[in-house]
Amino acid sequence: MMGLEHNLMLGFAKSWGLFYLIALALGVVVYTFWPGNRKRFERARTSIMNDESGPWA
Amino acid sequence: MVSTMTVGERQMALGLCVLVALCGLFMAVAGRNDLMGPQGVVVLLAGILGAIVVLRRLDAPEPGPERLASYYDEPIKFGIVAAMVWAIIGMLVGDWVAWLLAFPRLTFADVPWASFGRLRPIHTTGIIFGFGGNALIATSMHVMQRTSRARLPDQLSPWFVLAGYNLFCVLAVSGYLIGVTQSKEYAEPEWYADIWLVIVWVTYFILYLRTLARRREPHIYVANWYFLAFILVVAMLHIVNNLALPVSLSSAKSYSLFSGVQDAMVQWWYGHNAVAFFLTAGFLGMLYYYLPKRAGRPIYSYRMSIIGFWGITFFYVWVGSHHLHYTALPQWVQTLGMTFSVMLLVPSWIAAANALLTLNGAWHKVRDDATLRFMMVAAVFYGLSTFEGSFLAIQPVNALSHYTDWTIAHVHAGTLGWNAMIIFGAIYYLVPQLWKRPSMYSPRLVEVHFWFAIAGTVIYVFAMWNSGITQGLMWRTYNDSGTLAYSFVDSLLAMHPYYIARAFGGLLFLIGTAVGCYNIWMTTRTAPAARIAPAGQVPDMPSAPVVAGE
Ligand code: HEM
Ligand code: HEM
Repeated sequence: MMGLEHNLMLGFAKSWGLFYLIALALGVVVYTFWPGNRKRFERARTSIMNDESGPWA
Repeated sequence: MVSTMTVGERQMALGLCVLVALCGLFMAVAGRNDLMGPQGVVVLLAGILGAIVVLRRLDAPEPGPERLASYYDEPIKFGIVAAMVWAIIGMLVGDWVAWLLAFPRLTFADVPWASFGRLRPIHTTGIIFGFGGNALIATSMHVMQRTSRARLPDQLSPWFVLAGYNLFCVLAVSGYLIGVTQSKEYAEPEWYADIWLVIVWVTYFILYLRTLARRREPHIYVANWYFLAFILVVAMLHIVNNLALPVSLSSAKSYSLFSGVQDAMVQWWYGHNAVAFFLTAGFLGMLYYYLPKRAGRPIYSYRMSIIGFWGITFFYVWVGSHHLHYTALPQWVQTLGMTFSVMLLVPSWIAAANALLTLNGAWHKVRDDATLRFMMVAAVFYGLSTFEGSFLAIQPVNALSHYTDWTIAHVHAGTLGWNAMIIFGAIYYLVPQLWKRPSMYSPRLVEVHFWFAIAGTVIYVFAMWNSGITQGLMWRTYNDSGTLAYSFVDSLLAMHPYYIARAFGGLLFLIGTAVGCYNIWMTTRTAPAARIAPAGQVPDMPSAPVVAGE
């Protein structure tokens, strides 16, 4: 029983684990460099510089 | 504090306090023949204290609707004060145990509660959870409101989170003194305290999500991602690692659901991710907000911060096994932990580099402003300790470093140099702003604190590096006949001078913190100076920092 569990985990990590991590990494890179996101990021980056005036209604 | 709540919220707060007191009463009565009893008394007293605080202001006038036009900062102030109180407690005990390691005879009484074994977890819990945790909760409440341009959704849950969290810390620390522990490092508190923390933590998580849901800013600023990762992952870690069966409802003792090597793996999966998500992710949230704010420059690269975020969240969860090198843990799990630890250096340095590149062009501010310098030093030590960590995770290196003071050097390079420095930076930024003062009471004392802190850190870390490597080498030196050249006591004697140096460095760090407390206290005492900005508007930068020595 113990051995089966261990081998199962190992097999899972070596196959699916690998693929889902690669897929995730690609997803993150695509999101980060997606041209359409550039403006939102730039706005988020600079808009914190002036946020003390209180909540926006 | 209570008068900023609506009347309905005050009544609910009172109800909650009574409920807590009743739980305490039950624990005290049912557990009277067990360590549970005294712990119940602590809970009971906390409930009564809370009820008194609420009752005294129960029929104060209700705050008007104009409150909704400003951020809700009262709980943040409480969190900052709590963090500084815990800083003193944690560092005082830390330095005391440091002197005990150098001079064991200093123990003032031959009683169990004064022993090293019970005081050491008070240091780690008090400083990580008391100091670090309160600072994290306070700054996260500050950052979530600012970056969302939204006020906290209500006036009760922030107080519940802060008060409940501090009750957890007090319960933990008072428990150690009488001998309560489940013997898992950084997760010593027993089952009842653990359940209480789950309730508090889930409220905290929901509070965060509710604030974000009210946000007026379309994109969620990256600092929030780090804070959210911290809250969510700590919840997961805490619940899984603390799965245990209590002996009975009236007993403080419980037994873990895991055993053997699985238990060890779960514990260090927890342990390292506590470092990753408690001592790193949340603190990166602080770094990504307060450093750009104080420097007056937006973060160098927003894209780098995103890549770094996902790198850190996905690599960190795999590295726990580097705490269990050369154990019964399967070899491939150890290799996995080692490999991911080395890869982890990349996202870690992305964050450190992003912070330092933000300062590029503002170095004159770093020179003149000790608050910003605290943050700069934090980023440098973050880079340093992650480099060291990745190195220590390599098996042959770990063979030398494990069980030695090298680990302690690594820990305190991270905690003193990175965590404490960024907290102090954030607090010196926050205190004048929240108490609406033009600047700290004494910018020169901020400068003094900075130099005490940096001197203390450097002395501490260098002493422990020397001691650790000396120990490691002595324990593996063989003589011609193939037996060990040094006895354990030989290595102990070799460590003695380093232990004195460490305790002295810690003392400097503690003095710096005390200076900080005094400065904060005096800042809150001085009358608010005439505001520079038009009414209702507080300037983002509390005013140009005054340069010490000029
Ligand atoms: C005044 C400053 C401090 C002093 C004098 C001090 C001293 C100590 C001492 C003597 C130990 C025990 C070492 C051993 O058992 O060999 C220790 C452990 C530890 N301290 Fe500190 N400390 C200080 C600040 C901090 C801070 C600010 C943090 C965290 C934010 C921290 C986190 C820890 C942790 C996590 C451990 C356990 C390390 C391990 O088990 O490997 N310390 N400290
Ligand atoms: C890339 C990042 C990091 C890696 C790969 C890493 C790796 C390691 C390794 C290999 C150990 C020694 C394990 C052993 O021999 O038992 C360790 C211990 C430790 N590290 Fe790190 N580290 C990193 C960053 C940090 C940071 C930033 C902090 C604190 C803010 C920190 C806090 C600790 C603590 C508290 C311990 C002691 C755990 C214990 O035994 O009680 N680490 N780390």
